[in-house]
Amino acid sequence: MKIKSYKDLEKIRKEGLLSLYPSKLKIVVGRASCGLAAGAGETYEAIESEITNRKLDVILTKTGCLGFCQMEPLVEILEPDRPKLIYKNMTHDKVNKLIDSFIEGKIAEDLILLRIDKEKIFRENGVIENDLKKFWTNYKSDISDEVKNEINKVPLYKEIPFFKKQKKIALRNCGFINPEDIKEYIAKGGYYALYKALNEMFPDEVIEEVKNSKLRGRGGAGFPTGLKWEFTKKAKSEPKYIVCNADEGDPGAFMDRGLIEGDPHSLLEGMLIAGYAIGAKEGYIYCRAEYPLAIHRLKIAIRQAKELGLIGKNIFRTDFSFDIRIKQGAGAFVCGEETALLASIEGRRGEPRQRPPFPATSGLWEKPTNINNVKSYSYVPQIILNGAEWFSSMGTDRSKGTMVFALTGKVKYTGLVEVPIGMTIGELVNDVGGGVLTGKKFKAIQIGGPLGGCLPIEKLDTPIDYESITEAGAIMGSGGVIVVDEDTCMVEFAKFFLQFASDEGCGQCVPCRIGGERMLEILTRITEGKGKLEDLQKLEKLARVMNQGSLCALGQLTPNPVISTLRYFRDEYTTHIVDKKCPAGECEALIKLFINEEKCTGCGVCVKSCPQDAITGEKKKPHKIDQGICIKCGICKDVCKFDAIYVV
Amino acid sequence: MSEIKITIDGRKIKTEDGTTILEVAEKEGIYIPTLCYHPALPPQSACRICLVEVEGEKVLQPACSSKVRDKMVVHTDTKKVLEARRVSLDLIISNHPLDCMICDIAGNCELQDLAYEFGIKESEFKGRSIEYTIDDTNPFIIRDLNKCILCRRCLRACDEIQNRRVLGVTNRGFKTKIIADFDLPLQDSTCEFCGQCVAVCPVGALTPKISTGMGREWEFKKINTVCPYCGVGCRFDLNVKDEKIVKVTSNPENPVNGIALCVKGRFGFDFVNHPDRLKTPLIKKNGRFEKISWDEALNYIANKFLGIKEKEGSDAFAVLSSAKCTNEENYLLQKFTRAVLGTNNIDHCARLCHAPTVTGLVTAFGSGAMTNSIEDITTKAKAYLIIGSNTTEQHPVIGIKIRKAVREGAKLVVADPREIDITNMAMIHLKQIPGTDVALLNGLMNVIIKGDLWDKEFVEKRTEGFEKLKETVSKYEPKIVEEITGVPADDIIRAAKILANSKPASLIYSMGITQHISGHLNVLSCANLQMLLGNMGIPGGGVNPLRGQNNVQGACDLGALPNVYPGYQSVASEDNQKKFEEFWGVKLDKKPGLTVVEMMNEAEKGSIRAMYIMGENPMVSDPDVNHVRKCLESLEILVVQDIFLSETAELADIVLPAVSFAEKEGTYTNTERRVQLLGKAINPIGDSKPDWKIICELSTKMGYLMNYNSTKEIMDEIAKVTPIYGGISHERLDANGIQWPCPDKEHQGTAILHVGKFSRGLGRFTAVDHLPPEELPDEEFPFILTTGRVIYHWHTRTMTSRSSGLEKIYPESTVEINPEDAMKLNIKNGEKVGVISRRGEVEVKANVTKRTQPGVLFMTFHFAESSANILTISALDEVSKIPELKVCAVAIKKL
Repeated sequence: MKIKSYKDLEKIRKEGLLSLYPSKLKIVVGRASCGLAAGAGETYEAIESEITNRKLDVILTKTGCLGFCQMEPLVEILEPDRPKLIYKNMTHDKVNKLIDSFIEGKIAEDLILLRIDKEKIFRENGVIENDLKKFWTNYKSDISDEVKNEINKVPLYKEIPFFKKQKKIALRNCGFINPEDIKEYIAKGGYYALYKALNEMFPDEVIEEVKNSKLRGRGGAGFPTGLKWEFTKKAKSEPKYIVCNADEGDPGAFMDRGLIEGDPHSLLEGMLIAGYAIGAKEGYIYCRAEYPLAIHRLKIAIRQAKELGLIGKNIFRTDFSFDIRIKQGAGAFVCGEETALLASIEGRRGEPRQRPPFPATSGLWEKPTNINNVKSYSYVPQIILNGAEWFSSMGTDRSKGTMVFALTGKVKYTGLVEVPIGMTIGELVNDVGGGVLTGKKFKAIQIGGPLGGCLPIEKLDTPIDYESITEAGAIMGSGGVIVVDEDTCMVEFAKFFLQFASDEGCGQCVPCRIGGERMLEILTRITEGKGKLEDLQKLEKLARVMNQGSLCALGQLTPNPVISTLRYFRDEYTTHIVDKKCPAGECEALIKLFINEEKCTGCGVCVKSCPQDAITGEKKKPHKIDQGICIKCGICKDVCKFDAIYVV
Repeated sequence: MSEIKITIDGRKIKTEDGTTILEVAEKEGIYIPTLCYHPALPPQSACRICLVEVEGEKVLQPACSSKVRDKMVVHTDTKKVLEARRVSLDLIISNHPLDCMICDIAGNCELQDLAYEFGIKESEFKGRSIEYTIDDTNPFIIRDLNKCILCRRCLRACDEIQNRRVLGVTNRGFKTKIIADFDLPLQDSTCEFCGQCVAVCPVGALTPKISTGMGREWEFKKINTVCPYCGVGCRFDLNVKDEKIVKVTSNPENPVNGIALCVKGRFGFDFVNHPDRLKTPLIKKNGRFEKISWDEALNYIANKFLGIKEKEGSDAFAVLSSAKCTNEENYLLQKFTRAVLGTNNIDHCARLCHAPTVTGLVTAFGSGAMTNSIEDITTKAKAYLIIGSNTTEQHPVIGIKIRKAVREGAKLVVADPREIDITNMAMIHLKQIPGTDVALLNGLMNVIIKGDLWDKEFVEKRTEGFEKLKETVSKYEPKIVEEITGVPADDIIRAAKILANSKPASLIYSMGITQHISGHLNVLSCANLQMLLGNMGIPGGGVNPLRGQNNVQGACDLGALPNVYPGYQSVASEDNQKKFEEFWGVKLDKKPGLTVVEMMNEAEKGSIRAMYIMGENPMVSDPDVNHVRKCLESLEILVVQDIFLSETAELADIVLPAVSFAEKEGTYTNTERRVQLLGKAINPIGDSKPDWKIICELSTKMGYLMNYNSTKEIMDEIAKVTPIYGGISHERLDANGIQWPCPDKEHQGTAILHVGKFSRGLGRFTAVDHLPPEELPDEEFPFILTTGRVIYHWHTRTMTSRSSGLEKIYPESTVEINPEDAMKLNIKNGEKVGVISRRGEVEVKANVTKRTQPGVLFMTFHFAESSANILTISALDEVSKIPELKVCAVAIKKL
């Protein structure tokens, strides 16, 4: 059927509610990329066969990433008469145990992660937080006190430190709905914003609303989204295009992937609203081919939306028609730059061009084009439904709403998080992320991806907003956060990012193409103990010219990791140059590995793992490393259980 | 464009919206260095040498691509700007070999100039370079990527000028490099060696192979002149060192071609200094040539000619003039023929290419020339019908401009029996059976009239004869036309609709239309179609025959034709006869002369006893070459005036050494009627003389004084007797030339003919019917042979076979055969086969390709040893007397 009216939408919403909260047992497996990488596929199959074997009357389904990637695979069990229970690290070998305990009416205590007893659902007049049990028609309140107690012992979703300080808007549905079922999205209020925009608002009013919300582009640069829409709308050329930048190429970033895999319709709805506001009839989602699952789910979502008439001709019986296509990127990092992305969609080599003209005036096929990031579009339906004021009430003076981060590195809890803007970096790392992995000292965070910057411990009080982070020497970027501990050499760290960025340059402009290479050569010299003090001035000079003179943001920001580490960790550079030493013990050319004879038990584990056969020694007696053969790979140090190998 | 105010370095400047900072600065005399920027190419903004500071911008902006805005404040010399420029330049130098001492491009290297200007002796940031193998496997271009600075001018030239997109970019970051196709050596790529990339390369990464080690910029004398090959009329600079042409360069100011040239124009100049050049007059004694002096040679000819004239009369002479020679020389030779020999028996190879154009377009419009200009048909047309023209190979620089127009949205319909380069870009390729063009064109008109898609206002106000046309074409229903032409009816309908719905549409044709016994009718049909669509007399429209030789237009204009005096003034008219008799001071013959093939036939019969051939090679270019040999051998005297001992010259009794275009002064008229001045680059080689001087001396020896001091004087005489050249003089011809008609000294020339009114008043529709070719396939000769040319060779190859690069890249003739036919006959690609017609037999390599349709073979006529013209038929078009070079029946056999 095609949804043509509010009534039709309501009908689907009710069907979706039944699917979200069926009146029988439902098991949901987290099947985003993070879950699948942790084995959710096998878990799913194991549950499936248990259901068959034990002849259970169960609905088995899937959901996206709840954010707590580290705890994947996550499995949720939803019984009509209980809160939602979510189990962690549910590899397939634990399935039997889970089902056993479930049949016994118990909770597998060592596997349980959290419970959810309230979920946001949509009522005609807006979003309401609701008691889960209210959904069930045949709700039975006769749970035994024993079970009640057991349930009450399980920490609530909102009590878990990882979730406590988060506020989910863009990620609102991730982990809560089946991303392959449009009805569940509609049940959560999906496409109501589109209905409202098309039926109750003029395009200019939509733009006004987005402008008033003060939403800024979540791709990293933070340009006001509403203003960009207005520019594109006002550009005097037809047709106009809507493009979604889902070319997430930063190492350690997976925000867009998580969002699309968990809630593709929020992106589609955002694009549809943008198309209506701007006067476009066609949209492209540029998604990297390395995200097959995201693309798969997008395809399903587009198909389902078309089936329901939410994408296509005369949506909701209005004059508005819109089509969305997917264009897969071929893996060039620079295609995340908007003009390179457009070139790639057009079938040309993905390369940036000098701006202006900006895509808003001359974009795809030289026509006015609005390009936003996945997250930016995903906010839009919520802004339309809840109003600009609601959105702009969150955040700081100039940065509003929430920010999605991919939290990785040497931090206790890793995953996909969404926090209110204005939260400090310290809160993000220590409260949400649970602090640095035990036993190590916090050194820095790299924020904003490979083109971002490094901030040291002194900057933990910096609030997360566009201006403060830029001022501190990093960029908000698209949201990758990597936590670094004391074992990381900052020169090597800067070199890693520089290598990545300069390898990925399009090769057009001189400062980026040759400047990046020359900076890398200097950094390599420094990490090999061959640097000179004047090299630091050369680095700074090259960085200045790259920043000022490169053609696109990639070249302009490539020196950032070097500049920020030179700013906050200059002494580490000078130690490499003057003392020929690497304080973190990471630069192979500057270190030697030794065995502490007092700690070594002669267990021989290191002997077996050394790729060079550089370690010798009699059993149960202290071993020795032959410095002439050792390549300083550090494997021995990693495998030694007695901490007997040290770096000098 | 509105006026805006900007500030550069404190100077307040009024300028126009839409210009770049660089353009404004250049106009104001404010210096901004550039490197990747090139005025003929869109900006790349890659080198970052032209960076400037714009107030309010976070980062520096490239002046080459940044457009000015009102109230913009620009600084070109701040510390930040200077540092960025210097570091960018230093970085380029850090990755460039510093071998200027032995680099061919030294002195003309933009990187060298900038290094000098910035005082960079060596890089501050020395580091690694990637070593690339030099690509010099092709005969034209040495590609040394070690010197490449990745400015991408080559790529932009290939893309924007040549519209070929052979060059691209691979890899990323520091490893980025320019590649041809999928990283192939140029030789194996789709490169057609136009050398546009060489012309724009600012460093020594792309250099002409032939010029390697031959000298450097400061040693060259540069002479701007006109290309000696095709009728497009490209201008270029000959770079001369020690009386030797070392290099051809081009610059954006050239009116027709800008910086563009084709492979022949750019790399095919070495024939000029070739050792084979004729250096003294030769006389044949006992079957062998011996050197004689000019005096002896001219005396011999004069005596012989005077004897024949006395004994046999004036009509025993036949003269072939040359579409390779200048306007002045053609004028003189026809004057010599008419005034001295006393006959109208003068013709030239236009007979073999565009005779029907002259007869047909004169009938329809009143003027037999290309109606529009290259500029307007390549920029203003919304659609094209290219019929019987292999444009990108035969008129390459027009071809590349059409490629650009099509890329920018113009619709292209190509009608050609073969798949040629341009058909790859066509919306529809109408693959007609050779010799069925009238039927095809009538089919298009049938659809247009039936669909009520014709331009009624134009037809009513500006033409006559429509009703008859309507009646005739009504018989040519698409289904019927499909049967005659082999073109699907649906394609005919689609093509007709495209042409009718895209105005202006330009019709372009060449020898595929003319070289038939129906050549005159074909041309009339082309004219009919364009009048029907109202495409005449407007920019982007017209009937545009592309003339073959560099000066075939001029040779016709100046009366090297048997029926007209200079300016197409009929010899049969008494007024004209009188006018020229008075002017030349002799009695003239009113009877029109013989055409090329007729002359040969008459020679065989014995009525023509003497023949004078200037710069033509009928032994390769004419149909049925075996017959031509017989005819020439039966002459009492054959005089050939040429720069090489051509196949025809070998049969001569006397050979006179002439000079090449590079040693000449005078003018050529290109296909769009543009009269252009040549530049003399070197002195005549050996004892050779310019053709005009030879004619003068011979004429004088025969008792008719011709004592012109220069070609300038000849042109002044031409202007006096030739109304369409009335306002043309050498003094007036600047680099842009003048397009005739130019009746007087104040007239600026005519870009488009028939604006508002046809030359003959009303345009005339002539209803014509399909006329099948003379010789159709039968059991004995089951294939149609059609002929043509390739981009790498010119006409009878006298010049291109002496150009090392061209000869290397395309060394021998082939016969194209469709795989279907090849399979049936068990012929393999590359094997030698025999091709036989009723007139002869040749051995040639088989090229099994789908380019040609089943039942049709294709050969070029360039190669004397296996010439298609041994096979072709000399059947003539009744009106224009052009032979049917495009269709004859042949058999093919395995050897």
